[in-house]
Amino acid sequence: MIEIILGFLSTVGALSILFASIGILRMPDFYLRLSVTVKASTLGVGLLLICAAIMFPDISVTTKAIAIIFFLIITAPIGAHMIGRAAYFTGTPLWKGTISDELAGMYNEETHRLDSEEDESDDDIHDGKPNIAKTDEETK
Amino acid sequence: MITLEAYFDYVILPILSISVMLVFIRLFKGPAVVDRVVALDLVITIGIGIITVYSIRSNQEVFLDVAIILALIAFLGTVAFAYYIEKQKDD
Repeated sequence: MIEIILGFLSTVGALSILFASIGILRMPDFYLRLSVTVKASTLGVGLLLICAAIMFPDISVTTKAIAIIFFLIITAPIGAHMIGRAAYFTGTPLWKGTISDELAGMYNEETHRLDSEEDESDDDIHDGKPNIAKTDEETK
Repeated sequence: MITLEAYFDYVILPILSISVMLVFIRLFKGPAVVDRVVALDLVITIGIGIITVYSIRSNQEVFLDVAIILALIAFLGTVAFAYYIEKQKDD
């Protein structure tokens, strides 16, 4: 019985890691790659660590596994948010099929502050126009 | 009847290895620096998974300490890259 549970958990974990890596290879845009990668890989590694916690009959291993899962769940969204924000500031183009860019013109370029309505001055990033790529080759 | 050990050796570890290879393609290809940063972060995260499976297979729980350190390094690396990429644009 415990073997079936372990096999199921490890299979789902390994498959979600595989889907994350296929996603980072095939998605057409940096932001889509980021959103696909972080969640799926955190889920997969978490399931593999739960496997290890069940496998070893020792409470120190369970504590370590829970600590790693907790740390990953805390830090993965923070890192993803920071790198996505840096990518938006450096002008990484969005996919050519993007319909709307809600952040366009909302960031103050000097202070990097996010306002809730569009700034009147002209020093905004991309002058209020969304930075959408014209062709597939720009983001590929 | 397949044992769980054979299943870990012949199914789970190859899947994880193929995932690392696919991410390395993006790490070499990636058009922008941020793509490479995300790919590197994903490589380290998959490395944590591989270390976990290997510690199950070799029955050595000490390897999980390495996984803790790797998780810490991955987070610090991503945050530092994001900080300096954002600063680079300013000057």
